[in-house]
Amino acid sequence: MPLLAVGWRGLAEATTGLRPADWAALRFTLGQAAVSAAISVALAIPVARALARRHFPGRGAIVLLLGAPFILPVIVAVLGLVAVFGRGGVVNDALGALGIEAVSIYGPHGVVLAHVFFNMPLATRLILQGWATIPGERMRLAASLSFGPAETFRLLEWPMLRAVVPGIFTVIFLICTTSFAVALALGGGPRATTVELAIYQAFRFDFDLSRAALLGALQLALGALAALAALRLSLPSGFGAGLDRVAQRWDSASPGLRIQDALAILAACLFLLLPMGLILAEGARHVVDLPGAVWAAAARSLVLALTAAVATVALALAMAHAVTGQKGGWVEVAGTLSIAASPLVLGTGLYILLLPVANPVALALPVTAFVNVVLALPFALRALIPAMRDLQADYGQLSASLGLTGLTWLRLVALPRLRRPAGFAAGLTAALAAGDLGVIALFAAPDQATLPLVLYQLMGAYRMEEAKAAALVLVALSLGLFWLFERGGRHAAT
Amino acid sequence: MKSTIATALTLIAMPAFAEPLTVYAPDYFASEWGPGPAIEAAFEAHCGCEMDYVTGDVLPRLRLEGTRTGADVVIGLNTDDAQRARDTGLFASHGVEIDGLTMPIAWSDDTFLPFNWSHTAFIHDTTRLPDPPASFADLVAFDSDLSIAIQDPRTSVSGLALALWVKKVFGDEAEAAWAGLAPKITTVTQGWSESYGLFTDGEVDMVLSYTTSPAYHLIAEGDATKQAVLFPEGHYVMVETAGMIAGTDQPEQAQAFLNFILTEDFQSIIPEGNWSLPAKLDPTKMPEGFSDIPLPETALIYSAEEAEALRSDAIAAFEAGLRR
Repeated sequence: MPLLAVGWRGLAEATTGLRPADWAALRFTLGQAAVSAAISVALAIPVARALARRHFPGRGAIVLLLGAPFILPVIVAVLGLVAVFGRGGVVNDALGALGIEAVSIYGPHGVVLAHVFFNMPLATRLILQGWATIPGERMRLAASLSFGPAETFRLLEWPMLRAVVPGIFTVIFLICTTSFAVALALGGGPRATTVELAIYQAFRFDFDLSRAALLGALQLALGALAALAALRLSLPSGFGAGLDRVAQRWDSASPGLRIQDALAILAACLFLLLPMGLILAEGARHVVDLPGAVWAAAARSLVLALTAAVATVALALAMAHAVTGQKGGWVEVAGTLSIAASPLVLGTGLYILLLPVANPVALALPVTAFVNVVLALPFALRALIPAMRDLQADYGQLSASLGLTGLTWLRLVALPRLRRPAGFAAGLTAALAAGDLGVIALFAAPDQATLPLVLYQLMGAYRMEEAKAAALVLVALSLGLFWLFERGGRHAAT
Repeated sequence: MKSTIATALTLIAMPAFAEPLTVYAPDYFASEWGPGPAIEAAFEAHCGCEMDYVTGDVLPRLRLEGTRTGADVVIGLNTDDAQRARDTGLFASHGVEIDGLTMPIAWSDDTFLPFNWSHTAFIHDTTRLPDPPASFADLVAFDSDLSIAIQDPRTSVSGLALALWVKKVFGDEAEAAWAGLAPKITTVTQGWSESYGLFTDGEVDMVLSYTTSPAYHLIAEGDATKQAVLFPEGHYVMVETAGMIAGTDQPEQAQAFLNFILTEDFQSIIPEGNWSLPAKLDPTKMPEGFSDIPLPETALIYSAEEAEALRSDAIAAFEAGLRR
């Protein structure tokens, strides 16, 4: 709808076609998104597997911190990656000490590196959810049949991956298609131009709405194709119901596998936490000096995050329910696709729609919450749809024979069994909404600034140190929300 | 019920009795750390009225809203965007008599009133790069070990100023100049903040910013190691302006605000509020430290019309030069 509104205004203004540079941007966008998504998922699988079959002190903290890179403001993530991989970064210092020539982060590989940094942890979290859906009883059965790691993988883990990975790949692919500030900064220049940058330029610099809408529609269409193709590949896992016990893993006790898992977890932690640690540690010294405006903005972000989380989970539950019904595929595609909608076009569309009826500026925070619901929906659906499918397959007939419908069904059957994925979805939405900058920048009045916006304001006023402190507050806030929601979901499940 | 809602909506839609003056401003201007709040306080005391900022991308928002815009005054449009703003037909004449400007260029625009300006410049850290290039031509030919962060002219006003600067200095050779710069340009960022953050974190030797940037480090941080590199070819000047919306429902207050802009009360907030040079302020009234900042001798600028006409060419030269 907002996209249509931009398109309508665009048609009214002028019409221009695609330029040769747009095709180059399109090729680059799709290429980097496919590579980024593939690498993110490929690296996430061993890490998720290691986390799924090992229990050690600090595991909970690691799983929680995996949520952090995804919600980092772009500018903070870029500075963090540069602190590790840049010209004067830790990696090049180490290489220099060994007498090896420095490597440059800037180029297409830098873009992929950044996208993997953002999305690999997300993929790990989502795949880990998948591992949690394999009932403990199946693992016991596997153990009593003396399954080794290979059989366990082939008969239990592979079908699970087959069910969840295509959807996760699609979501990450789509996120990477709408990236541009990161792609530009680490891509090193105009060769790393994405479609989203062209949209931004068309809208903000040239105010060519027809071009912005055309490019936005193109991006959306490609996203739709990708989503359809990937969802065709996904198969339900069909493990049947279990008693929700934590699975003990008898198949992976060998020292070789232990070392392999330890390495996977260690490497992931180093890759993800070092860039964040370097930047946030600088901020820690300045947190106490932060002015009141920053804390007020943090409070606003908190309310926004909670609102978006509740709304997203309610909507996602309804949609997941529809998906498992007849003709549900289209609902799933629509829900996944919203991530491919350019946030800029979405925001502008809402602005155009609201303008005749109300003052969009007065509605800045509700509109931001709404856009975040739309943007978080695909993640919530990725967590809830597989769980809802299993729920229908395992308990659908029983519920039907008992005549459980509507609210009773929701209370007695769905909620108790969906709490864990719903808690995850709520936590993720809250974290995302707290870190969102996209739409608020278009609408905000000065007294409505959210924490990410304040962070940019600080940077724009040369106050880099305070901005890093604000980033630390933002990460703490987002992770705190994530932790609370997840904990709520987990406690209810045991 | 329905009628109650309708009544409520009508009430909301009706202008309040003493409606505050609505000023559209870029986000950095009106933020807690920009000059906006101090200017608001000074103006409200001066006129005994109220004003509010609405922040965001000023020009795109104006174009979206057209004649329905809620703005009375717009502040923060720079000269390179002025022609596009004028072409919206939304602006009235600023109606302020201009004399005694402390700017290196003459001003004749009667739609947009200048309030501050800066030279575009490359900033270096004297401890890391003691011998910077001596001229723009020298920079183009400089050793490719040099690393620079710039802003993208397609997404940022300072980036656009650089593209126009290159065009002004190198003319038809702009693309070749960009190709010469290419190996030294470590990266191109969406906006100023990312580039500047890379510079202060030590990732690049030089960054595209303004001649006034060293003043911040000197005055706020007591750090004299950040210096602008001055080129004899001259430096492109970026002037920020304000304008009045023709359809304003508060023409008197709007005019009062524009009249306020070139007064000392407003102008003295600019140096340390916007880290920029005031359009009209007696040099003796400048804060200590600002007068120590070296400025280039030659100021370059395109008029609003010229900037608009050359814009696509300048950006095309950037894209082609860096893609070579």
